[in-house]
Amino acid sequence: MIVEQLKDATEFHRVEPVISAKNLDLTFQTNDGPVHALKDVSLQIGKGEFVSFIGPSGCGKTTFLRCMADLEHPTSGEITVNGVSPEEARKARSYGYVFQAAGLYPWRTIGGNIRLPLEIMGYSKHDQAERVARVLELVELAGFEKKYPWQLSGGMQQRASIARALAFDADILLMDEPFGALDEIVRDHLNEQLLSLWARTEKTIAFVTHSIPEAVYLSTKIVVMSPRPGRITDVIESPLPKERPLDIRDTPEFLEVAHRVREGLRAGHLDD
Amino acid sequence: MRQSVLPVLTVVAGIFVIWYLASIWLNAAWAYDKATRSGEELGVVALVADTWSQEKPKLPAPHQVGVEIWDTTIEKKITSKRSLIYHSWITLSATLLGFALGTGLGIALAVGIVYNRTMDMSVMPWVIASQTIPILAIAPMIIVVLNAVGISGLLPKAMISMYLSFFPVVVGMVKGLRSPDAMQLDQMRTWNASPSQTFWRLRLPSSMPYLFTSLKIGMAASLVGAIVGELPTGAVAGLGARLLAGSYYGQTIQIWSALIMAAALAAALVAIIGLLQRVTLRRMGMA
Repeated sequence: MIVEQLKDATEFHRVEPVISAKNLDLTFQTNDGPVHALKDVSLQIGKGEFVSFIGPSGCGKTTFLRCMADLEHPTSGEITVNGVSPEEARKARSYGYVFQAAGLYPWRTIGGNIRLPLEIMGYSKHDQAERVARVLELVELAGFEKKYPWQLSGGMQQRASIARALAFDADILLMDEPFGALDEIVRDHLNEQLLSLWARTEKTIAFVTHSIPEAVYLSTKIVVMSPRPGRITDVIESPLPKERPLDIRDTPEFLEVAHRVREGLRAGHLDD
Repeated sequence: MRQSVLPVLTVVAGIFVIWYLASIWLNAAWAYDKATRSGEELGVVALVADTWSQEKPKLPAPHQVGVEIWDTTIEKKITSKRSLIYHSWITLSATLLGFALGTGLGIALAVGIVYNRTMDMSVMPWVIASQTIPILAIAPMIIVVLNAVGISGLLPKAMISMYLSFFPVVVGMVKGLRSPDAMQLDQMRTWNASPSQTFWRLRLPSSMPYLFTSLKIGMAASLVGAIVGELPTGAVAGLGARLLAGSYYGQTIQIWSALIMAAALAAALVAIIGLLQRVTLRRMGMA
């Protein structure tokens, strides 16, 4: 008993749960009857982890992410973000959310777009300028502050939108298929950049994707989900080192993890 | 731009030809009548010459209208009661005031409809109903009622302009303020933005293309409103007054010149808004 408590305590110290979901259920009422978007989803995400959610469409990966962001409300179950409810976490601005589309305002410059959340949150003018410069540096867009979104490529726009999510001091980054609309080459490059950004900022990242290589390459933990009802079928702790050059994708360890993800996805589909 | 010059000129020339022919056809009866009474025989050339130069033709020829416009604009002092510029200014001032009031009212109602569920359910049917009432019926009532409470002059006419011009602004702005998509609104929510921050930073800028389209329609409607508003006041001043006075005395040339002046005014006002639209939207990266 004591040993177990001790073990729990050390576990807690090793990975403080930043996001914790317990028996989460979410049912949407639609005209075709209820849709079970999430069923009995439990998961802990520790500080500094990079967690990917992968699964076919309708598996609830985005819904789960939206629950963390207080954009969706679970029907039952418990979820905490930074130890408080998602709503409180949202009001405390504890996370940055990156959507699939960059969603930059065409009437604002790149700098102006990144300043937008800072203006809303009431940072001082001086602070705003400093932060914009810093995050632009971080996503390698220094010098583009005065440009308008239409002057940038799709990949650069998405980087600007990541910079915008990083501009305020949220230590959680929620990313909903941020590179889904980009081509393979740009995507590889952005993945590499994202990893180095993660290493430098030590943020906790939850990342939704439907690309197996992307999930395996980026994550310390891969959550495999399957649809009808949306649920977690496998959680894989990645054995890959933190330092990951692009060609790690050809190593046996990488392929093994990718294989296990694929098996997990297939198992989810066999239930249909 | 250059390719369109020839087709445009061709159409204009076509219109003039039809206009001249129509004025021969419509005015011929009076010309024959005159000739019969004076016992003259009318040749083709004499007939055409007469139909294009009558004093009160059924349809004045283009050059008659042109001469009338020239006489009443360039040749007259602006302060003269017979100056078309003077009358245009009277109408224009009511139009602009009404347009400003209508735009303000339209935007205010649209904001209410977008942000307030009760207004969303209740206001729109009334807005639509207001436009089904013939303006010719309600205009004299507005003038009479406002006169009774001591308001006369510019404001009653501007009210009628407002009555016509707020409608396109409401419809356009409701759509415009609702144009941000779910993702953009979710994004604001993740930043915990207040409703007013969402309005000023997202909804209002997003609505600009819709606003300008509405303003063009509203401006044209506003001018119609001002002219209609001048009819029941007894034809004192303004383009509407010129139309009414012209019809009392059968001065068709005066009516047509006022009509063309009104059309030119409307075209110029709409063109100005179009220019503002182009400049604004280009600067906002939305065009």
